[in-house]
Amino acid sequence: MAATHAHGDNYINHEKGLWSWLTTVDHKRIGLMYMITVMFFFLVGGIMALLLRLELFAPNAAANVGGVLKNGDVYNQVLTYHGAIMVFMVIVPGIPAILGNFFLPLHIGAKDVAFPKINLASWYCFMAGAALAILTFFFKKIDTGWTFYTPYSIKTGTATVMMVLGAFIMGMSSVLTGLNFIVTVHKLRAPGMTMHRMPLFVWALYSTAILQLLATPVLGITLLLLAAEKLFGVGIFDPALGGDPVLFQHFFWFYSHPAVYIMIIPAMGVVSELITTFSRKVIFGYTAIAYSSLGIAAVSFFVWGHHMFVSGQSETAGILFSFITMLVGVPTAIKMFNWVATMYKGSISFDSPMLFALGFLFLFAIGGVTGIMLATLPIDVHFHDTYFVVAHFHYVMVGGTLMALMGGFYYWFPKMFGKMFNENVARLSFVFIFIGFNVTFFPQFILGAMGMPRRYFDYIPAYEQLNKISTVGSWLILTGFLLGLWAIVQGLRKGEKAPMNPWNSKTLEWQTPSPPPHDNFNVEPIVTAGPYEYR
Amino acid sequence: MSTDNSHGAIRSAHVSHHFKNATQEYDSGKQGIWLFMVTEILMFGAILVGYAIFHHLYPEMFEEGAKSLDWRMGFINTLVLIFSSFTMAISISFVQRNETKKAAMALATTVLCGAIFMVIKYFEYSHKFHLGLYPGRFLDVAKVGAEHANLGMYFGFYYAMTGLHGIHVLVGMGLITWLLIRTIRGDFHAQYWLPVEGVGIFWHIVDLIWIFLFPLLYLVG
Ligand code: HEM
Ligand SMILES: [Cu+2]
Repeated sequence: MAATHAHGDNYINHEKGLWSWLTTVDHKRIGLMYMITVMFFFLVGGIMALLLRLELFAPNAAANVGGVLKNGDVYNQVLTYHGAIMVFMVIVPGIPAILGNFFLPLHIGAKDVAFPKINLASWYCFMAGAALAILTFFFKKIDTGWTFYTPYSIKTGTATVMMVLGAFIMGMSSVLTGLNFIVTVHKLRAPGMTMHRMPLFVWALYSTAILQLLATPVLGITLLLLAAEKLFGVGIFDPALGGDPVLFQHFFWFYSHPAVYIMIIPAMGVVSELITTFSRKVIFGYTAIAYSSLGIAAVSFFVWGHHMFVSGQSETAGILFSFITMLVGVPTAIKMFNWVATMYKGSISFDSPMLFALGFLFLFAIGGVTGIMLATLPIDVHFHDTYFVVAHFHYVMVGGTLMALMGGFYYWFPKMFGKMFNENVARLSFVFIFIGFNVTFFPQFILGAMGMPRRYFDYIPAYEQLNKISTVGSWLILTGFLLGLWAIVQGLRKGEKAPMNPWNSKTLEWQTPSPPPHDNFNVEPIVTAGPYEYR
Repeated sequence: MSTDNSHGAIRSAHVSHHFKNATQEYDSGKQGIWLFMVTEILMFGAILVGYAIFHHLYPEMFEEGAKSLDWRMGFINTLVLIFSSFTMAISISFVQRNETKKAAMALATTVLCGAIFMVIKYFEYSHKFHLGLYPGRFLDVAKVGAEHANLGMYFGFYYAMTGLHGIHVLVGMGLITWLLIRTIRGDFHAQYWLPVEGVGIFWHIVDLIWIFLFPLLYLVG
């Protein structure tokens, strides 16, 4: 590389001291800041998950570990924080804020995102909102579940307002990140980097950003109205005042269904990168994958009612929502088939990032198929608010998004830190997470089909066996993540120096030193070909 | 650093390091502002949807509520805001012609209009509080002598919509004051005016939202 920079100058040592990090406008550093904070929230949310599972190890009647959370009130609170933390602080920001921030500019040959200061501001928004939300735990706890359904949320404790404002501010952070990404993609591509030469991860982030921009404001106003309802009794959601509590659900899901695609589309982007790289093959159907992201984004706005089949909405609405929901399957299936076609006759190497990508394919398939089952109106009437739903969304959110995040993280780790991690430990970590995940959540499909309701802290003895298995699974997942953490920490401490392009990828970010210099590229790249010219 | 761009001799000194030239920076900034405005409109859009639904359900109640609003106050405020949009717009063209003093005057007038708007709002609000016209469950039904049991909901909408709009006016006033200070300092001139234009767009959108709120709340009924 041209020696315009002193040898060894990179974004990590470009400036020194904590203050230089807290005031940085370098997208790579901001990505790392998100990484550290999101990992912290994941730890907190994860501990809560383990507690919930421990509580459910046995019915309370038995004199054993069942009963750690003392009673249903504490269980409901921990459940609420677990859900809210995992959704708003881990899965939604996860891939875009960590990997997106770090790699989007590198992917398109830009020096930074379009608005570096706003990028930093969005991290502070995220932190402020998260702090507000978590602090409620130390004042008056909230026990509404992460969906804040009215009228319960306007009747219970006072923490609703603070919690909801926290979520609102985190929403602003999400909007700012999305806005930044859209403008960056439109305006800052390197010479020759046409839209159709962008890596699929960028396409995914771009589609996600559009969703963030269009859906989040609706959640914003919904949460503000909820806070106003609680403080000033405005009457819009309060049935006692002629308001409509179901309207809250409509507003909430108008955001939160698209939000599940805010969670999964970036994951699909990561998986596209991983599959093509580790199959050493041009991705099959580049344009189909790129545009199916936009397709999913578009359809996602019209299906929110599938969360409300039993809410008392009209039968016609239920039937329509059921039908439209099925359409989501089409662009999703397009992606699935393209990934499989890419692997077909490829020379696949099973490095740990690829293992996570394959894990994603397997688990997301199960999550998606059960989603279609739930979208079928008569089936949902039976399964609604049972553990079947719990299993479904964990398969897509954890099995999907989190697997992709882990895969992407291992994949790009050498670029981010200039070091290699311990491959064997990483693979072992995958094995534990993958097996543990299935042991934990597959029994929940059966439990749900047997009729075990979700959000209950206790159950009848008939459900005991499967719950025991599920709880044991959660310990396997824990082991897996601890191994993963170890692989990373050891990699950071004593990993060997990473080459510029350890996986022989073709995308731009591998054309710059590891870790990248402050300005990303020592020489501005000029792009002359598509991102996956393998063979 | 390259200086080719469509705005003539734009000084490259203003260009942040990650942009190639001033045009790219200007275009990006403008696109960012417009996208942000999309989110603002969607946010108000959702509350308008709620309004439409309940208006459809309880037309008489909304009629009764609208009667207790003083459309003259609302109308004056509409005029004030339209005028302020005008002064905001001309401030940009003054900056573009390097007429700093006039630009500062125009910006100051805009802030003043915002203040007048808020003062009128204050009188409207305090008058309503005086009459017991509080939102939702706080509405003093006995004092008001409401015909419709849920009249409080109308005022719930009234305060939620105008309150949220009012907060935007206050934010806008803050931003314009910031522009004013920077204009006096000479930060903006014929080669660089993006922040003025950006805040201007924000201010126009805030006006536009009021132009929807005014007839919906004060006149429809
Ligand atoms: C792609 C990623 C997906 C994610 C992250 C996701 C996430 C979720 C979540 C969090 C819930 C539970 C909401 C609650 O707390 O009540 C849920 C429920 C549901 N999901 Fe998904 N989902 C995804 C895909 C799908 C797909 C592809 C379909 C259908 C084609 C689908 C259909 C449903 C239905 C019908 C429910 C409602 C079940 C009920 O409450 O009765 N989901 N999903
Ligand atoms: Cu959904």
